[in-house]
Amino acid sequence: MGLFILKRVGIMLMTALCLTFLVFFLTNLYPNLEKLAKTQGNFRMSDEQVESYLEKNGYLQPMPVKYGEWLGVLPSYRHTNEDGTVLGRCILPGQSAEDAPRFCGILQGYWGYSTVFKQEVSTVVGTRLGLTGRLMFWVMLLMVPSALILGVLAGMKEGSATDRTLSTFAITTTATPEYVSGVIFIAIFTSSAVGLKWFKGTATQAMENPTFENFFLPVLTIALYGMGYIARMTRASMTEVMTAQYIRTARLKGVSFSNIVMKHALRNALIAPFTVIMLQFPWLLNGVVIVETLFNYKGFGWALVQAAGNNDIQLLLAISVVSVFVVLVTQLISDIGYVYLNPRIRIS
Amino acid sequence: MEPLTWTGSIALLNPLLMIAIAALLVSLVVWILGSIVLPETPVSVNVDGTISSGSGLRGLTQKALRYSFAACVALALAYIVLGILMGTSAGIIGAISQQFLPVWLSLVILFAMSIAFKRKLGLYGKLFDSPIGMIGFGLVMFWVFTGIFGAMDLIITHDPLDQVSGMKNKVPGTPLPSVGEGEYAWYLLGGDNLARDVFSRMVKGAWIVVQIAPLATMFAFMVGITLGLPAGFYGGRLDTFLSFLANLILAFPVILLFYLLVTPEIVATGVPNYMAAVLFVFPILFLAVLLNSRFYTRPSFRTPLLIGVLGIALWLYLSLISTGGYIINTDTYGIWGLPTYLDLFDIPGGILVVFVSVVFVNSPTVFRIVRGLALDIKTRDYVAAAQTRGEGPWYIMLWEILPNARGPLIVDFCLRIGYTTILLGTLGFFGLGLPPESPDWGSTINEGRKLLSIYLHPALPPALALLSLVLGLNLLADGLREESLKD
Repeated sequence: MGLFILKRVGIMLMTALCLTFLVFFLTNLYPNLEKLAKTQGNFRMSDEQVESYLEKNGYLQPMPVKYGEWLGVLPSYRHTNEDGTVLGRCILPGQSAEDAPRFCGILQGYWGYSTVFKQEVSTVVGTRLGLTGRLMFWVMLLMVPSALILGVLAGMKEGSATDRTLSTFAITTTATPEYVSGVIFIAIFTSSAVGLKWFKGTATQAMENPTFENFFLPVLTIALYGMGYIARMTRASMTEVMTAQYIRTARLKGVSFSNIVMKHALRNALIAPFTVIMLQFPWLLNGVVIVETLFNYKGFGWALVQAAGNNDIQLLLAISVVSVFVVLVTQLISDIGYVYLNPRIRIS
Repeated sequence: MEPLTWTGSIALLNPLLMIAIAALLVSLVVWILGSIVLPETPVSVNVDGTISSGSGLRGLTQKALRYSFAACVALALAYIVLGILMGTSAGIIGAISQQFLPVWLSLVILFAMSIAFKRKLGLYGKLFDSPIGMIGFGLVMFWVFTGIFGAMDLIITHDPLDQVSGMKNKVPGTPLPSVGEGEYAWYLLGGDNLARDVFSRMVKGAWIVVQIAPLATMFAFMVGITLGLPAGFYGGRLDTFLSFLANLILAFPVILLFYLLVTPEIVATGVPNYMAAVLFVFPILFLAVLLNSRFYTRPSFRTPLLIGVLGIALWLYLSLISTGGYIINTDTYGIWGLPTYLDLFDIPGGILVVFVSVVFVNSPTVFRIVRGLALDIKTRDYVAAAQTRGEGPWYIMLWEILPNARGPLIVDFCLRIGYTTILLGTLGFFGLGLPPESPDWGSTINEGRKLLSIYLHPALPPALALLSLVLGLNLLADGLREESLKD
């Protein structure tokens, strides 16, 4: 088991390295750098000015060198102005060149400076992740129990009335992406045209003061899309368990139906959905970006949109590291959990 | 001109429809509760050995459900038929159903032909045995026909890009202030915030989806199959490497990838063109290996066939990836492609990058499915038999394993078209790739959502259209799965 986890962590690190290099490559293509220079300076910069800006900030070095600097395995770039002052990535405002460390990358714990938010990337990512964490917590709390209940109810008796109705509901939710259900919810529950006005159409206030009124719609919108999929997987797993030999034996023995479901079937039926729920995280990230944009909730997904829209390289890299980390860790947990829950599977 | 109401002179049907829908809901709830509470229907064994069961209370609830559902369907049909006959005097619904006349006709012909010959049509024919599959197929074909006829300018009432002054944010059924010769006098679903016709934009949006989604999914399948079969069949290093690549792309959040790939800056560097040049090779490889592995024992037949097929495929490939005589044309350098007089069609950079990134995102998942199926099927006896016969590995992969994996692949194909539609909508929603005035559903939803608290009509039609198309594809996949499991 230890070796398995070690191997998985190794693959994880390699994946993270490859992906960050990919992001690095795409964000450091010359047209993107030009856009960055123009948003940082002004939009009427001439080509020479752009060139000198990029030169000054070390963007014109070869790609592997820049990547090494970001990682913190190469000494970071410094530029000496004509008046003798030294500029560099490691030299924070108000710090002299001698005091600043030579290496500053993520290995040293420095994530860079966000050009959009004018803050250190670690602060930006930290606060935004906290906000999104709260959103995700409520999404999970709503989505997982209701999806499991739906799936188990539907899978109890395959082909029954409950099964068909709940399955149709599950299919409908999987067919409704967040930007469609969100728009429909806003139209029905918040607009003055329909007049229900039960909820608020934006979740901006929910950042400081989350209430049911301003926070429920975004949570529901994300939860609904993921719910159908988990419910269908639970249903499939439940129907499979209900046709197993030992369930038939229990029925023949005369165990009551509710006892069979609660005591015999449920535990085995919930193994597969566990994996599905864990693997659902990368999709939830998509939902988070859409919903945070739609409801103007300034969390992690919103920060992603801002960073990508303004080619904020350092922030984008940090965001991709965090999201890749989330994806890979949930994959690892789902693998380990699967082995733990299902003793029939052994890792050799 | 008078503004149109929703139902016009057939408003007398509205209370009937309300009653029918209420009856449907009530009987649905009773049916579900009944299936839990009521006892099973009693079964009695007759003297001659047959079994008969009385209808019981459960049968009654089911009957009620069936009749109320039939009433709802009949009323909906009545709206459409009366609408076709009466046109705008039957209100907005009538006018819309009249505009959709070519779609209704094609649907009726398609369904009539398919049901008449369903026993001769294989899996497609069996689809018409499952009600779920039929509903799904109907929804999908409705949007396919809408897309096609919309592209032929049959359904739309106005140009989707025309702005008519005075029609900004007007509610559905508003007449135009001044009607020119041969112009449609109303905005059936109202005007958007730039005073364009919402109805025509929705119809035109269907064409964009119908064009891109199936084609992109097909390319993703070609890539996934060409890489997944050898990975599953050979295993070993090749499998490890390809699986690592696939997991790499899958670990990447889709939206981040879109934001990095689908920007005008990236288009300017020519990265999407390189990706297109690589990704679009796979269908050619697939075709070449497919035909060669089958016919290599008969070179006299194989060689002309391959030359013919690959010649056409290469020509299509080159015209697909080259635009204006160049394959890649950036400011600093260019790579020569097919000369313009041989170029069959040009794809604008914005569309190409959308297409490429959707294929790129979808193919790893297909790869994983195909690899799993190949791993499973390669242990079967018929594969061993083919190996004993001395067939080559590619023959076994493409002519033994692939046909036997078709069931799950067809089902996944339908689901994946739906997913691709959602992805296209996401791209439009974030304003990536497609031009801002493009009538695709995602962009229209994005524009409409900004005024959603006051005006509902610009955002809701495209949202419901996307919902119904994806729902149709999901139902179709469900029906196909059910029917293919019956074999």
